[in-house]
Amino acid sequence: MTEETAPETATEAASRDVLAIAEGWRAEGREMALATVVQTWGSAPRPVGSHLVIDADGNFEGSVSGGCVEGAVVAEAVDVIAEGKPRMLEFGVADETAWRVGLSCGGRISVYVERVDGKSS
Amino acid sequence: MQADLLAALNEERRARRAVIRIVDLDSGAERLVREADDLGRDPLEVDLAARFRSGKSGTVETEDGARLFLNVHVPPPRIVAIGAVHITQALAPMAAIAGFDLVVVDPRTAFATPERFPDARLLAEWPDTVMEELAFDAYTALVAVTHDPKIDDTPLIAALNKGCFYVGALGSRKTHAKRVERLTEAGLDEETIARIKAPIGLDIGAASPAEIAVSILAQIIESLRRKPEAPA
Repeated sequence: MTEETAPETATEAASRDVLAIAEGWRAEGREMALATVVQTWGSAPRPVGSHLVIDADGNFEGSVSGGCVEGAVVAEAVDVIAEGKPRMLEFGVADETAWRVGLSCGGRISVYVERVDGKSS
Repeated sequence: MQADLLAALNEERRARRAVIRIVDLDSGAERLVREADDLGRDPLEVDLAARFRSGKSGTVETEDGARLFLNVHVPPPRIVAIGAVHITQALAPMAAIAGFDLVVVDPRTAFATPERFPDARLLAEWPDTVMEELAFDAYTALVAVTHDPKIDDTPLIAALNKGCFYVGALGSRKTHAKRVERLTEAGLDEETIARIKAPIGLDIGAASPAEIAVSILAQIIESLRRKPEAPA
């Protein structure tokens, strides 16, 4: 797990400010959702408060797990953008779906996904 | 999340001011709390104060059963390097990879050139003329590596007084002993002066400028992550 996440974390830390990217996307008029790690148990790869921003086409920036569950979060986020209602996603080894998408580090995480609404000023 | 709240949040972050976004995980209601706000009037006063100190995000449950997520944004750690020397040239790319902002200050224009520092923010000025612009805070690490007291001492004193989470100065034990004398004369007490890491860097037997830069960066990270009072 550590070997897989190290390059992702370094890249992210070096250059990408997810919330600034989100604001830029909004200024371009893109529909989007923000995913945030709100709770972790065990050896979760990204700390509470980490963000992933996703647009309606499934483009994304940032990370909530260093690559393990981003695919599943992006798929849910596209629904959240369409429906507008926030969702809480749970991933962990106890969850069959989560195991399939690959949070194989043994940790568990909760990810809150919400649509970004309103015009940016 | 409302787009105008996102914009306000980013404005605080760009200005290096700590800010917390509170979101109700059930209703989606949200608000921003700035560190400068009057927390005494806030129902979450105790939680907010603790989280501004720790820098850690997390969920709190209120008495009426609401689950509130407090997303804490403290400024990213940054390094101010006094001295556009060979060590700093090696430190600049390493600091960027490790996620630190870097500012290099050196009044000697032969050292502080864009050619030598293509990617760093560079101030070819005397430190005492740019102290306000540098705005030292608890999220700043100060690395003084010019070897010249005329250049190093002013920012060293300012960094200690402003509570920078790391203050390091290059020089042998003998050089540092003289520095301690000067800072004592300048009115700093023993405990404050003892916060200076000197000789600078973790003791890993670093020999080349690049190796010394590694030892300095490692020591900065240690100060940031190990000390309970340091911002996370």
